Amino acid sequence: MSTDKTSAAATDEHEVVNPEAASAAVTAVDPRLLVQEQGLAGYVGEFRRKIKAGELGSLPVILGLVAICIIFQSLNSAFLSAQNINDITVTMVGTGMISVGIVFVLLLGEIDLSVGSVSGASSAIAAVLAVNQGWPEWAAVIFAIACGAAIGAAHGFFFAVLGAPAFAVTLAGLLFWLGFMLQTLGENGTINLDSDGLIGKLTTYFFSDVAAAYGLATVVTALFFISSFLGNRRREAAGIPFRPLSDTILRTALLGIVSFAAAIMYNQYKGLPLATVIFLVFLVGTDFLLRRTSYGRKVFALGGSVEASRRAGINVTAVRISVFAISGGFAAIGGLFLASKIASANQSAGTGDLLMNAIAAAVIGGTSLFGGRGRTWNALLGVLVIVSIQYGLQLESIAEPVKYMITAGVLLTTVVIDSITRKTQKTAGRA
Amino acid sequence: MSATPVLALRGVSKRFGAVQALTDVELEVHAGEVVALVGDNGAGKSTLVKTIAGVHPIDEGAIEWEGKAVSINRPHDAQALGIATVYQDLALCDNIDVVGNLFLGRELKKRGILDEVEMERRSRELLQTLSIRIPSVRIPIASLSGGQRQTVAIARSMLGEPKLVILDEPTAALGVEQTAQVLDLVERLRERGHAVILISHNMADVKAVADKVAVLRLGKNNGVFEVKTTSQEEIISAITGATDNAVTRRAARTNGEVSK
Repeated sequence: MSTDKTSAAATDEHEVVNPEAASAAVTAVDPRLLVQEQGLAGYVGEFRRKIKAGELGSLPVILGLVAICIIFQSLNSAFLSAQNINDITVTMVGTGMISVGIVFVLLLGEIDLSVGSVSGASSAIAAVLAVNQGWPEWAAVIFAIACGAAIGAAHGFFFAVLGAPAFAVTLAGLLFWLGFMLQTLGENGTINLDSDGLIGKLTTYFFSDVAAAYGLATVVTALFFISSFLGNRRREAAGIPFRPLSDTILRTALLGIVSFAAAIMYNQYKGLPLATVIFLVFLVGTDFLLRRTSYGRKVFALGGSVEASRRAGINVTAVRISVFAISGGFAAIGGLFLASKIASANQSAGTGDLLMNAIAAAVIGGTSLFGGRGRTWNALLGVLVIVSIQYGLQLESIAEPVKYMITAGVLLTTVVIDSITRKTQKTAGRA
Repeated sequence: MSATPVLALRGVSKRFGAVQALTDVELEVHAGEVVALVGDNGAGKSTLVKTIAGVHPIDEGAIEWEGKAVSINRPHDAQALGIATVYQDLALCDNIDVVGNLFLGRELKKRGILDEVEMERRSRELLQTLSIRIPSVRIPIASLSGGQRQTVAIARSMLGEPKLVILDEPTAALGVEQTAQVLDLVERLRERGHAVILISHNMADVKAVADKVAVLRLGKNNGVFEVKTTSQEEIISAITGATDNAVTRRAARTNGEVSK
């Protein structure tokens, strides 16, 4: 559409037979209109424009991941070994799940400081029910996740209905649920889980059949191609702009390379981990929820403008409570994965740097602290960065204190990049 | 212009505690007509608009919609009748794209999933019929200029095919070019047969697009003028009450004494 007008304006300039038409054509094309050229030049131009306008998206974190891989690989060739990568992608799931919940809360422009304690409390509940009370493990797992969601909903109630700041409510939650967990675990302080049970298997089960990893990679790539192809066909039929087929093929090829590389790597050591598959399922599910349903639209709207959302008829209170419930639910799920990793529920669960890592992962991945911008995939990228650094430093046998300081440096760098890009966005009129 | 007004207010009064905000206000708006509602600060413009939009129910008087008496007690009642209001603070979400904002709160769905294709198609159609030019319907509102945001907010109100559109100071914060864009849009609303109530402080805007000017002063009607046949000074004196103040009253009195 816009290219037509450009050419019309150009011919008029040459002829100047009809000055009125010429001026009309010129006003019809606003120089600020975004024109995407076709072909490869179009991508390069679009990419340049985005960089200039400060729309970096996930680019910094992906570059960061590449840098991390290069640095640690050059220090120790075991870093990119199949075993190490397999360990990283299993270990990251616990923190990553909690971080997914944090992304939801950050989208509202709020914060949930209780997720660490809630994850610990939920794993304690599951352990007490499954081990001490003799519940079947699946029931204990479902009940623990429901408890996490209910706890989150309670925080949401104090925030959304009574109007207390989320920061303060969840800070109280952090203390309360820590106390609750210690109380629940009782005098011993540790409940050992059956490592062959459902919770134990969460992080120890691997699909050792090589077909599993390759099959999943094939299915993911094929589904991606079919859905984008059909989506573009619909857009074309409706007469609105669509991606050219070359674009879809390029994206599919990239996804295919990444997923098959991962599959080959997993098949060199133990096979496809169950934990990673579950994490991917949740990531795809939450991404779908946030971007393709009206519920997700409401969450983004609330992060943009509460007043506008209210006037659009959105039930602000209900959405806020539900988001905190989701955060609590994912904290519980993350807690179960963390408990599975150590095959027990103990007093140190959900403490230490867990909360900070979960929030840092969401932010490092590219979720805005100011609300309304972010995706759940950010949690995956962020937690990959954090856990990779941890494993890399461990390989170098660098002590815990240094690990903290380096993670802090990465977080600070991310926040600085975020602030600078926001400034650039403002000057480019895109804040 | 149809004989029956789309909206007619008959002797509407509104009180807030001890303050009589509106007294016996009359107002008529026909389809395809732009009525400018003017008045000084505190004249009751906003209160009047809010009674029509259902934010404040009226105390006395009657509201007629297409000739029939109706009661508007909630914003929902007004929307159901076909009244759309664009408030001064536009109530758009900066982080969501134009399509998302246009359909916010009334998303089109297909099997429970957002139907982005259909929403985008309809958005383009709507913006095209209103001749609204924005860079892309898929960029966040934050990237648009003030005038473009205003046009998006007005377009948003048009989605429900309202019969009456109320615009609260649509050009208040806009530059020259952007103001022209919004005024063009108001004219297109009139061409499409919508009734428009335009609140404005800017006489140039009023003269440019309005058919009639209804002046409010201290919560009462102070004249309805045909824009074509009325000078700007007459309207301004009606707004400020310059025809009825201490000076003019004294002048009238002394003139009378002289003539005796």
